[in-house]
Parts: sequence; structure tokens; C-alpha cells
Amino acid sequence: MLEIVGLTKSFPGVCALNNVHLRLEPGEIRALMGENGAGKSTLIKVLTGVYKRDGGEIRLSGQAISPSSPAHAQSLGISTVYQELNLAPNLSVTENVCLGDEASRFGLIDWRAARRRAVAALDRLEAEIGPNQILGSLSTAEQQLVAIARALDREASVLILDEPTSSLDADEIAALFKILRRLGDGGLAILFVTHFLGQVYELCDTITVLRNGENAGDFEVKECPQERLVATMLGRESDTSIIGSKLTSNKGAEILQATNLGRKQMLAPITFGLTKGEILGLSGLLGSGRTETLKLTYGAIRNDSGQVTVGAKTTPHPQPKAMMQSGMGFCPEDRKSEGILPGLSVRENLVLALQAKRGWYRPLSYRQQNALVSEMIAKLSIKTPDSEKPIDQLSGGNQQKVILARWLIANPQILLLDEPTRGIDIGSKEEIKALIRGLAHDGTSFIFTSSEIEEVLEVCSRVLVLRDRDLIGELVGEELSEANIMSKIAGGKC
Amino acid sequence: MLKRLGPALYPLVGLIVVLLLNAAWLPGFFVISVRDGHLSGSLIDILLRAAPVILVALGMTLVIATGGVDLSVGAIIAISGAIAAGVLAHPSGTLFASFSGNSSMVLVLGLPLIAASMAGAFNGFLVSFGIQPIVATLALMVAGRGAAQLLTNGQIVTFSDPTISAIGNGFWLGLPIPILIAFACAFFVFLLVRRSALGLFISATGASEQSSFLAGVPRNSIKIFVYSACGLLAGVAGLIICSDIKGADSHNAGLYLELDAILATCLGGTAMTGGRFNLAGTLIGAILMQTLTTTILTRGVSLEATLITKAILVVGVCLFQSASFRALFARRGVD
Repeated sequence: MLEIVGLTKSFPGVCALNNVHLRLEPGEIRALMGENGAGKSTLIKVLTGVYKRDGGEIRLSGQAISPSSPAHAQSLGISTVYQELNLAPNLSVTENVCLGDEASRFGLIDWRAARRRAVAALDRLEAEIGPNQILGSLSTAEQQLVAIARALDREASVLILDEPTSSLDADEIAALFKILRRLGDGGLAILFVTHFLGQVYELCDTITVLRNGENAGDFEVKECPQERLVATMLGRESDTSIIGSKLTSNKGAEILQATNLGRKQMLAPITFGLTKGEILGLSGLLGSGRTETLKLTYGAIRNDSGQVTVGAKTTPHPQPKAMMQSGMGFCPEDRKSEGILPGLSVRENLVLALQAKRGWYRPLSYRQQNALVSEMIAKLSIKTPDSEKPIDQLSGGNQQKVILARWLIANPQILLLDEPTRGIDIGSKEEIKALIRGLAHDGTSFIFTSSEIEEVLEVCSRVLVLRDRDLIGELVGEELSEANIMSKIAGGKC
Repeated sequence: MLKRLGPALYPLVGLIVVLLLNAAWLPGFFVISVRDGHLSGSLIDILLRAAPVILVALGMTLVIATGGVDLSVGAIIAISGAIAAGVLAHPSGTLFASFSGNSSMVLVLGLPLIAASMAGAFNGFLVSFGIQPIVATLALMVAGRGAAQLLTNGQIVTFSDPTISAIGNGFWLGLPIPILIAFACAFFVFLLVRRSALGLFISATGASEQSSFLAGVPRNSIKIFVYSACGLLAGVAGLIICSDIKGADSHNAGLYLELDAILATCLGGTAMTGGRFNLAGTLIGAILMQTLTTTILTRGVSLEATLITKAILVVGVCLFQSASFRALFARRGVD
């Protein structure tokens, strides 16, 4: 049905896809997996005509094709349902299904025919959704079905689903899977992009794993143990050497306790603690709930269950400002939209948290600010011509260091670091890790995440393992090894 | 020095050009003489007329720096004037009929300013609930002028109190009082935001609300503060305008002043997207706007033509502030 041969796509400075192969037979449901930067989105965008490929071939039913736009791809029979549903919430279901391909008569839209088509497509999904309902009034799951109905209406032979389950609850997922299986039995070829291991094993027949823009493995689901899949995704063989034992887990006083902290469709209620001077790692695949755990703890996202205790103070709903006042700091993963203040100088970016902690009426003098900024520029070797340079003119790694410095000068007792080493050169990574260890030795506590297990092991004395948005285990001291973490992620026992 | 001025350089150059043109046309343009113990001359007149725009533009700059905009300042000017005139003249048949005899100056000046700040705070509340600033303040832009008309029963309320009319017409140390008020307010606002951390918090909120929120900046308080300050400054402008004409004209007081204030802010180099702001630039921008108006009027061009000329000037200065427009003129390879 669909065959991709030797597909190559590069962007200035990066090779996003290198000689990628993929086969999809009619009726097959294939999972496309990979960590951040593996090339999944690029592959989908090439398939749907958003990007033009540099080399290789795409064949559909034996015919070589070159999709030039999403509409063209659709007319060829490749339909895509995106994670952020590309539908119009203020239009009716019928309008959404037929948008861009309206049934027309004498140049006017034939609404009766359009409705008939919408109803027919929804019937194939056995979805009880009225064609006249306004899309925005439907639940996310129902909107998802409308998006699939829209794809079916175009007589798709290949359906690409980009993380369709990320905002659905368990029942909705089960219902969706039933529909997908039936569509598969009807001969539709489905490419299913997801981060949820469990769902792959529940739904899919085959798996293609990408890593760094290349094929990392092709498996039959039945013949691929989860540990092998995880190892392939992360690109490393199980290494049983124990690194963690070097770091003793000191039993300081507990300074943070999260109890049943969670939010529906984001993180199952989890409970964990943090002691003084401890570096706690969060490990798991992309989308496993690492970022969510940190954000809920800091109050960047409002929790709907549980509570957080910092020191002696318990709060049912953490709020960033209050958490900061009680000595917590948070370096977000999404530096661009949640970390930096674009347009403002390195100095202003750096002093923000400390100044917010002091309040507006106790300003740091210009001289104090410059002293702090010079100190941090030297300490973290931030590469900037001067402290008044707008931060968006710095490289990503240096921006990250400024954000890290922002929290370091605020002198927090607890620092939540979400992927603090991403996008930084190797030398700086080592500096940052050394800095974290030094501060922990002096009594600061950290929660640290990284998509590189190796890094987590280097820094952390205890690791919580997350999978499919739930806490599934904890590893301490001698249990800390890549093999143990990976088998935990894969759902095995240690 | 030029570098420190940053984006305020362009309106400053514009101002100098317009002033020099005036001097060429009118030989005595730069002459400031002493008449009846007061300074007088074209430059003084321009500053006097610019006082309300300067006041409103200062507040507008703070609001725009947070990524918002306040369309209701003209209406707040009308409310402020209506209350001041109402308390002073207490015309029968209005809310103010119960104020009898000589009203105390504290009430005459205090009530309008309190009302103006509260109107601003109301805007701030709406915006902090996530309503888009342009929509939130549009409500008060429409309703506020209506409220001002209700307060005065739709009439123009006049008064003849010498103390109040001195605010718009009096002199102190030889200078017109409106100029002194405007510059004192500008000085105070500048000190307040630059000597405390408010300026940083305001820029930070405008640059990235989410980043500021996560860094612990009280973004909602900041928004309520800037809109309240903007309302208060509009209230002061309202008092000046009302005292200048010795009456409250709720239909026309401050009409379209919000647009002048927004233009002055843009001219001064503060981006509408929020973030970094430039109060000195706004001051220059406001004076430039008024210089232009005065120039056209003294050249005998009709009032209609002022609007078009203003627009052309604003577009010109804004284009020169745009880096990609300047790049059109810069030779390739020369940065």
C-alpha cells in the first residue's frame, strides 16, 4: 500500500531524515515511535506534503507520488489527524467534515448532500454525533472522531494519527481503539504515532522506531519485548553497570512531600518526597509525565487532586509565586515560551526571580544587579558580549544557562530542573552537572529530569520511574542502573 | 549618547526637523518672551497644549508595555471632568445637587481622581481575568462617556472658581501650571518605575506572561497597577482640560485622546507587543504630536489636514523604527 524508500530530508545544519524506510500494508496498524528529534514529525510532514523531500521515494499502491500540500496528499488518499485537531470549533460537524471539499451544485453548496456525507462518515465510526452540532460543543474525543470522519470522507487509504490519545481518558481510548481496529479490518492502513508503550501493545501490529532521523528498528509487536523496544528507542544496549552506588543517598530531613498529586488526563495521582540535599531524578520516556510532575509540584499547572507540603506548610493548590516564596524554583523545559523574556536583556532575565522574591518595593540596585550578573556569567561561562544584550540573541544553550542562573541567584532550597541540559554543548553539560552536585552537597535539593538516562544516573541518588503518566517505581542506591530503569519503563520487574 | 536613546532617537530627530521648519517659516518661533511676568512664546504654547497628551501617554506606555492597550482614557477624562465640575457647580437635577455651598477643594480634586483610578482598576481586573485588553477597555470607552453624560444630565456644566481654573490657566514660577503638572507626573512615574522593580515586572509581563508567572512575578497585580495608573493620569488630564475651559463637556472632553496617546507611545519606541518601554521616548512622541498640530494650525492649513499629516508622520517614524525597513536602505553587507 504505502511504501517509503530511502527518504531523506535535511534542514540547514541538521539532517532530519536520513535514508528512512517504512512499509504499510492495507489493514495494518503500524506504530511510529521515537524520542524527541527522532524525525517522526518530519516524516509525517513529508508524507502530507508540508515539507518537500530531498531524496528517496514515496509509493502509494505501487505508484510514485510527491505530495505537494496537505490537500494534495488528501486527494491521493493520505489523510492525517493531528494532535492539535485542525478543525474549526465554531462551525458545525457537517461543515468541518466537508470543509475544503464541499459538495456543490450550480456553484452553491449542496447542504443536503454535505449532511448526507457527514452522516455516512460518522456512521462508519458508529459515532452518535449529530451533523448540525457545533464542533466546539463536543468533547475532545468526539472532535477526534469528527476529524477521523473527515479523513474517511476523503476516501483515505492511509490514515495517519499523530498522538490521538494524548487528551483522551481511558474509556475514550478504548472506544477509539475499537473503531481503529474495525477500520483496519476494513482494509485501511493506519500509521499510529504515540508515546504510550501500553497502547502500542494493545492496538498495533507492527512498530517502526526512528532515532536521530534514521531507522532504528522494525518489529512485529508480538515478537518484540518491551525492553527491546525501549532500548531501541533510547539507542543503547542494556548496560548493567551500577553508577548510582557512587552517590550515597543521604537521609536528610524531608523538605518536600507531594501527596496524591495529579490532574486528570495529565498525571495519575502520585506521591513522593524529597529530602534536604538530595538529587531526585525523574526518568521515563517522552510523554511519560516527567514535565507534568514538575509543573504540578510548582503550580505551573493547577492540580485537581492531592497536595504539596514544603517545609511545614501544606498547600492544596500550589501557585508559582507562593512556591517561590517558600524556597522553590523551576526551570521549565520549554525555554522559549516559559523561560526567557524575549527582547529583554540578559541582566533583566537573570535578576527576575530574585527581584520577584524581594518584591517590587525592594529593588536591587543597578550595581548589585551587575555584580550578580557578572558573577553568574563567569561562573556558568555564559557567552554574551555584555549583560545588556537581548537574551534572544544568545544561543539556546546560553539562554538555558541564564535561566538556570536566574534561579541560582534566588538561592532556592528546592530546584526543579526540567531537562536543564538540553541543547547545551557537552562541556557546559558537565559544568552544570558539577554545579548541581556541588549545590546539593551544600544542602540544596533538586528534582532533575533528562531524557538521557545516563545523565540521570550520573547526577541522582534516587530515581522515580514514570510510564504512561503514572509513577511506576523507585530505584535507590545499588538498584540504579540503566538496565533497571529501562526494564522498569518497559514494565518489567527489577 | 545616541545609542542610549535607542528607538527614541527617531522621534527626537523628527521633533527637531519640525521645530527647525517652524523656525524657518516663523522667524520668532524660538523666541520666549516675558509677558505679564509669565513666559510666553510658541514653544511654551506647544508644551501647554501637549500637557493632556503627555499625561495620558505616560499611562498608556505602561499599559502597552504589559502587552495591553487602554482605549478608555478619553472616557475617563470625561468622567473626571464631569465629577469635578459637578461637585463644584452642583447643578440641580443631577447627582451632585446635594453638594451645597462652597465645596472643599479636596473633594473637587479628590473625587475625580479616585473615580478615574477606580475606572482604571476595573479595566485591570477585566484584563487580569483574561479578557483581551482591547475588548475590556472598549467597554469602558463606550460606557464611560455615557456615564459622564449621565452625571451632568447631558449638559455642559460650567463653573467660575478661580482656584480650579488656575489648574488649566494659571502660572507658577512663570510657567503654565499644566506644563508643570505634566512634567512633575512624568518625573514621578519615571522615578516610580525605574527606582523600584515595577519597571522590570511591567516589561517582564509584556515580554512573556508565562515566563514571568513561573518566575513568581505577580502578573495580575501588575496589570491592575498599570491600568489604575493609566486611569489616574487620565483623571489628572481630565482636570486640566475641564479647568482650561471652565466647564465639563462630556461629549468632547478627551475625544480621540486615546489614539494620540497610543501614537505618542509608538513614536517613542515602545512596541505594541509589550516588553521594553521608553518613557522618555513617549514624552518626546507626545510633544512631537502637539508640535505638528500647532505647526499645521499656524500655517493656516485646515484642521482636517492635520489628521492626515499626523498619520503620515507617524507611519514615517514607525517605518524608520522597523529594522527590516531600515535594511532596505542599508547596503548589503553593511550592518
